[in-house]
Amino acid sequence: MPIMTVIYALLLYGASAVFVLGVSYRVFAYARTPAPLKIPTMPAPVTRTGVVFRVAREVTLFESLFKSSKWTWIFAVMFHLGLLLEVLRHLRYFIQPVWFWVVLVQPFGIYGGMVMVAGLLGLLGRRLLIARVRYISQPSDYLMLLLLLGIGLSGLAITFLDHTDIVSFKAFVLGLLYFDWQPLPDSPLLLAHLSMVVALLIVFPFSKLLHAPGVFFSPTRNQVDDARERRHLAPWAAQLEGAGDEV
Amino acid sequence: MAKVEFKVPTVGEYLTTPDLQPGVMAKSAPFKAAPRHQQALGFPGELVEDWEQRAVAKLAELLKKYRSLRVHLDACVKCGSCADKCHYFLGTGDPKNMPVARQDLLRSIYRRHFTLAGKLFPRLVGARDLDPSVLEEWYSYFHQCSQCRRCSVFCPYGIDTAEISMAAREILDEIGVGQKYCNEILGKVHTLGNNLGLPPPALANTLEGLEEDVKEDTGVEVRFPLDVQGAEVLLIPPSADFFAEPHIDGLIGYAKVFHQAGVSWTLSSYASEAANFALFIGNYEQMRKVALRIRKAAIDLKVKRIIVGECGHAWRVAYSFWNTLAGPFDFLDPRYPVPQHIIEFTHDLIERGAIKLDKEANDQMRVTFHDSCNVARATRMGARPGGQFVLPREVIKASCNHFFDMAPETIGEKTFCCGGGGGLLTDELLELRVKGALPRMQALREVQKEHGVTHMAAICAICKSQFSKVLPYYEFPMETIVSVHQLVSNAIQLGTNS
Ligand code: HEM
Ligand code: SF4
Ligand code: SF4
Repeated sequence: MPIMTVIYALLLYGASAVFVLGVSYRVFAYARTPAPLKIPTMPAPVTRTGVVFRVAREVTLFESLFKSSKWTWIFAVMFHLGLLLEVLRHLRYFIQPVWFWVVLVQPFGIYGGMVMVAGLLGLLGRRLLIARVRYISQPSDYLMLLLLLGIGLSGLAITFLDHTDIVSFKAFVLGLLYFDWQPLPDSPLLLAHLSMVVALLIVFPFSKLLHAPGVFFSPTRNQVDDARERRHLAPWAAQLEGAGDEV
Repeated sequence: MAKVEFKVPTVGEYLTTPDLQPGVMAKSAPFKAAPRHQQALGFPGELVEDWEQRAVAKLAELLKKYRSLRVHLDACVKCGSCADKCHYFLGTGDPKNMPVARQDLLRSIYRRHFTLAGKLFPRLVGARDLDPSVLEEWYSYFHQCSQCRRCSVFCPYGIDTAEISMAAREILDEIGVGQKYCNEILGKVHTLGNNLGLPPPALANTLEGLEEDVKEDTGVEVRFPLDVQGAEVLLIPPSADFFAEPHIDGLIGYAKVFHQAGVSWTLSSYASEAANFALFIGNYEQMRKVALRIRKAAIDLKVKRIIVGECGHAWRVAYSFWNTLAGPFDFLDPRYPVPQHIIEFTHDLIERGAIKLDKEANDQMRVTFHDSCNVARATRMGARPGGQFVLPREVIKASCNHFFDMAPETIGEKTFCCGGGGGLLTDELLELRVKGALPRMQALREVQKEHGVTHMAAICAICKSQFSKVLPYYEFPMETIVSVHQLVSNAIQLGTNS
């Protein structure tokens, strides 16, 4: 087995473990932490179903961002939609036989990559050019965009310039899944692409990428406006009761 | 006190986003609470010796208690969509008044102590250690946030800087650095039942005076009952309604509405205050203690309903938190929501034709309406979402002939704060208050030019006091600001249907 195959196999296993465990840990912490007071940003839905739609609109349409800044919204949608299409397109490496709908997204997937890179360049430009956004940017904010750009550009380069042997790459991926390792095609671009994906998986649970799970847990967006109808009491707040100061 | 010199911002043709002027507001800070004001609330009297550890420990505790804090500190992607949404940033240009930058003052400490990235690579992720300069920044800039939640409307994850500044103020109290204005007032509520420190006999006097005034004005015996057992309604107004213009005209309006509706009501000398400043300092226990006074008053007076007067943050606490803090209110009449807003009450009477209003009584006014931030973004009125925007406007339109809304991006859920909310309504913060009022003044100027608007109605005691103070700086007459129930009071036909 080539040494690179072993290294990358171990890196990918490790990074996936960090990603899954790290994100689960954060999600678990969010879920376990009570929201003691009703603080939905009003006007808010008065039913659970309404709240499901509200959060769904935030996740799929970036509703609040749209209210705020059309340019940011356009770049954000380009990037995230592109990323989503790319992720779906990449499913073909993980399943055999490839599902019908995954075949269908293949042609869009490649535009996804380009749109994603364009969106990222827009976001980076914003961050560099608008004084307000530059002021609030930390080095990690730039690095995150560069990392994603790196992933996008190396991916596009593989597709258009490199023509890596994707059949044997798929064998490598399936080999990882079934613990039956196969050699990784020997292409510097592919190695670079994979290294950056490994980095992304590892930083995910420790960075602002937690906005992805976070959006589902934000009390200002996921609470029902029913404070007058239903008493809402956190466990720690319930303990204050019966301390003798009630009437 | 030395008079603060500052330049009043110019109201231009449009509201523009200012250039960054780092540090221009760094000196703005409210007076610190004296040891006795701190201790009365159970906080240390002055900065404790091991304040760094105590602050981090308090942050750890709050992270366990408040999901909002935890998620909001983690989730921000620094997209900057909130950055130009804060009236204090728009009015001052100080970049630390951009909501995300304000959050970062606390987030930097959170990252340093509670995240792996911040522990390993502080510079990379903007993490920093707590030191006296951080403390000074906290005290200054977390008292430049009126907790109006405008930023949270525009944030893709609903990150609410109000939650962050409440947490920060709670940490500050915990280490002995409280704010005088809020903490002194809370002490008064705990002992005397209202923010003004008005003792019961003085309150009774004031109400008697009001009865005489209304009698003289209208010839009708409108009562202002105090501590009447068995009344149908307990009214909880902000105590500003007892003494200052234009608040008091609102109180007269409520009394006339009750009179005309034939509903018996009472005020309570034990709980004569709707305001709950514990919200501003983010302290659950204090907030609960203030709310429990109202529960006790309602039980002692054996009332069937509780109605809250015109006060923004009070309506937030009442609508969103009372049930949690002081509920369940199962001893009240279940046919009515608990609590109700006076606007809901009056609106219902108007809809049913139970009171008659003569709009022409307000014909000398051309009126607009300022949505108060807490009412707009933290509460509801009526059965449908957004009723908090509709009901007050319907009450106004039923009371006057000339109503005009300000620009849509400055009202409703996007309303701009008056500039004095969140416990900042104190004279030493005047510069901040005047500058923070800029976006509202801009919108008001536009409707003044376009529609000849002469008056701006509001349903919040803080808004009313703040505008009375800052309007003259922008060359509007102080009397521009009116209570919604002042309009009702002018228009209501007494003695027409009883
Ligand atoms: C539930 C899924 C997600 C939602 C709803 C979501 C939503 C958003 C929104 C609204 C923004 C702000 C606009 C912007 O600056 O682009 C944003 C920013 C960002 N998102 Fe996501 N996102 C999701 C998942 C992801 C994932 C999986 C990644 C990366 C692997 C990601 C990476 C980023 C990055 C890097 C930014 C910051 C862009 C910048 O620096 O301007 N997001 N996201
Ligand atoms: S809550 Fe209001 S005052 Fe505070 S940062 Fe947000 S917009 Fe500014
Ligand atoms: S809008 Fe929300 S995510 Fe964007 S910078 Fe402001 S607080 Fe952060």
